[in-house]
Amino acid sequence: MENKSARKKLPAFHVVKRDGISLGKAMAVRGTAVLLSLIVCAVVIVFITKQNPISVYAGIIDGAVGSSRRTWVTIRETVILLLLAVALVPTYRMKFWNIGAEGQILMGGAASAAVMIYFGSRMPGAVVTILLILCGMMAGLVWGLIPAIFKAYHNTNETLFTLMMNYIAIQIVNCLIVLWENPKGSNTVGIINGATKSGWFPSIFGNAYALNVIIVFLVTVGITLYMKYDKHGYEIDVVGAGVRTARYAGINVKKVICRTMMLSGAICGLAGAVIVGGASHTISTSTAGGRGFTAIIVAWMSKFNPIAMLVISAFLSFMQQGAIQIASQFGLNENASDIITGILLFFLIGCEFFINYKLERTDSGDTEENAS
Amino acid sequence: MSQETALQLKGVTKYFGETAANDHVDLELKKGEILAVLGENGSGKTTLMNMISGIYFPDKGHIYVNGKEVSIGSPHDAFDLGIGMVHQHFKLINVMSALENIVLGMDPPEGGFSLQKARKSVMSLAHDYGFELDPNKKVYNMSVSEKQTVEIIKVLYRGADILILDEPTAVLTPQESDKLFNVLRSMKDHGHSIIIITHKLNEVLEISDRVTVLRKGKNAGTAATRDMTVDLLTEMMVGEKVDLDIWRTDPAEPRKRLKLKDLTVLNGEGLPALKDVSFEANSGEILGIAGISGSGQKELLETIAGLVSPESGAISFFSKDGDKEVDRKDVTLSFVPEDRLGMGLVASMNVPDNVMLRSYRDGKSRFVERKGPLETAKAIIKSLAVVIPDLSIRISSLSGGNVQKVLLGREISLSPDILLVAYPARGLDINSSFTIYNELNAQKQKGVCVICVIEDLDVLMQLTDRIVVLSGGKVSGIRDARTGTKEEIGLLMTSSEKKKAEGKDGK
Repeated sequence: MENKSARKKLPAFHVVKRDGISLGKAMAVRGTAVLLSLIVCAVVIVFITKQNPISVYAGIIDGAVGSSRRTWVTIRETVILLLLAVALVPTYRMKFWNIGAEGQILMGGAASAAVMIYFGSRMPGAVVTILLILCGMMAGLVWGLIPAIFKAYHNTNETLFTLMMNYIAIQIVNCLIVLWENPKGSNTVGIINGATKSGWFPSIFGNAYALNVIIVFLVTVGITLYMKYDKHGYEIDVVGAGVRTARYAGINVKKVICRTMMLSGAICGLAGAVIVGGASHTISTSTAGGRGFTAIIVAWMSKFNPIAMLVISAFLSFMQQGAIQIASQFGLNENASDIITGILLFFLIGCEFFINYKLERTDSGDTEENAS
Repeated sequence: MSQETALQLKGVTKYFGETAANDHVDLELKKGEILAVLGENGSGKTTLMNMISGIYFPDKGHIYVNGKEVSIGSPHDAFDLGIGMVHQHFKLINVMSALENIVLGMDPPEGGFSLQKARKSVMSLAHDYGFELDPNKKVYNMSVSEKQTVEIIKVLYRGADILILDEPTAVLTPQESDKLFNVLRSMKDHGHSIIIITHKLNEVLEISDRVTVLRKGKNAGTAATRDMTVDLLTEMMVGEKVDLDIWRTDPAEPRKRLKLKDLTVLNGEGLPALKDVSFEANSGEILGIAGISGSGQKELLETIAGLVSPESGAISFFSKDGDKEVDRKDVTLSFVPEDRLGMGLVASMNVPDNVMLRSYRDGKSRFVERKGPLETAKAIIKSLAVVIPDLSIRISSLSGGNVQKVLLGREISLSPDILLVAYPARGLDINSSFTIYNELNAQKQKGVCVICVIEDLDVLMQLTDRIVVLSGGKVSGIRDARTGTKEEIGLLMTSSEKKKAEGKDGK
């Protein structure tokens, strides 16, 4: 075909959307992504630290699961992250772009700390625990409801609103720290009820974090069933699909928005209560520690599947705890761990592209019978 | 035929995933002819044209322009080859004038750009071809047909020899279509080669020299138009003989069921979408609503359905025997909206979950009951012949016709007293359209008050009993569908005068 040379050069590959992908294939793509990311991480580690990457990886594993105590800390962090991701699922299924979990955790934590401080010596410990959980949930609920009301009745932008609510929560906690400062001049609240342990989550089977795990398990199962079988869950999905469809179906959209954000806020508040009552036993502006944002990644990456959320929460917590270890072991600062986590997330999120699309060789279809 | 070839496709193939939207399509456009490309929705017409205009790139095959093989990688390449496309959805900038839109994005000519010069050449172009154009009119002030004019001149001004028009008459009144056809003929006389995509058979016969029919992504044949008839074209298009007469029964004991009185409704921007609309609708009849798009049809149905509250005026409902007024809650009202997947259905949900959209609240349990909807879904699939590979797939992966059948089926499963339907067969193939028309007739036989917005006047005249014509949000006339004429309805659609006296001669 003499006129072939007149054709412009074409890209050798083009992108084609996949119709579907088998679970095994999808897992293989994700596995490859993890492998590649570990290789890139190793290169980065060698480049920055001149350390043997294998020993750095060994340090990460040691830090995350090297002892029974370290393992339980990793589990504790995992379940908190899972709880927050679970809390966010209904709001994102509703397409309510909520980034206010951070503030709701802080408010829940602050309310829990207040219960421990003011009622710790006046009531039996178990009652204080129950009360702090309830108050933490209530505080988170209110913090979630405020942006929902403005969204439902004034159509404000929920992303900006929830973001600003986070800053207000941080300032409130700052004020409370001044109020509750202990010892004076430390600018921290210190361990609350360190002697009496009043309000602290009780050990179950001799384990300090067992109650945390049980609470998170129950909430996760509950929300999963709520979304799947409850009429509310169905309404949330319809509102998420489109307000016009929801109105057409006769759903009270305002009510659903407020109700769902109350639920989500209450669970974030519960997470705050679990952190304060069941882990740190103190309150500071870093009580939430960015987990309200990390949970957004967990929820979306797992496409709201509870098992996937558990796996990703565990993975991120594992890396986080491991990074703390290598930071001290190899004299790196904590940013090193952020770099590693960042590289991993980049590959994991990026590989979703190859799960949804595939590259195909461009076929110009030159067969001789077509010659003019 | 000794004419030269302007454009030729050989073995052009395009896959979307595993499905071939175009499968080894051959097509030839001769210089100075109008070629109609005919096919049902989903037959691959638009995909094929998008490959010629550089929006998609073919997976296989060859394209020749003026006998030379070319590779069209972008709309810019297409322009360089003298190919211009007028899309179904206009691509104009609202706040700019006609002239500004026409010259926008062009390389400045030698000696610098001058709007005055451009205006002159645009106006002489318009004059040559017989366009009516006000170069200073802003696009947001234009009617649909004016916007289309701007799009066509834009393409001509860029020096296109080969013009592709994607369903240009879909948004036009019969009178506007005639005007467009005159312009197309004049363009043809000036030596342009034109491809017109359509699924309206009458237009093919009226305007084209030759016709190429696509069926399921393949070329089902090309013929000289003068040898064709509506029946022959349909047979080529569908692949089998089809009876094209719509079944219409006499009204079944019509009784007053719904009355609108001086209804005024505002749209989202606070402007009146309906002004003093009054009419009655009866049980056992199909009332058609005609009008050019955007004349208030959407607001009318949504107001009757109770989704929008009127600014003033009243809607009253009447009992089955038509003698006493009843509350809205005492009538069952079903509504098939225009935006099927964006309003009537949840695109991401499967069919059973969509079937329960209007009834999930029934029953005291706080949990969703899915067994009943599953049975209803199966019944709908069976009775309306919905093609579905698997009940668990999301409804948006069904074809448009099957989506509409599910939606209509669900609304009918509520056993309505009043059934509102917007554009029942828009985008549907012939067989699906007839399934829907038959179902509407069956509902009418059962005594349901059916109100139908239909854009295709031929269908409207054949299917409905009475026709309310909307023009600019007002009722410009009510006609009996059996005695009225298409021309009369077309005129009423564009008339701004409310002719009260004539508005009474409906049934």
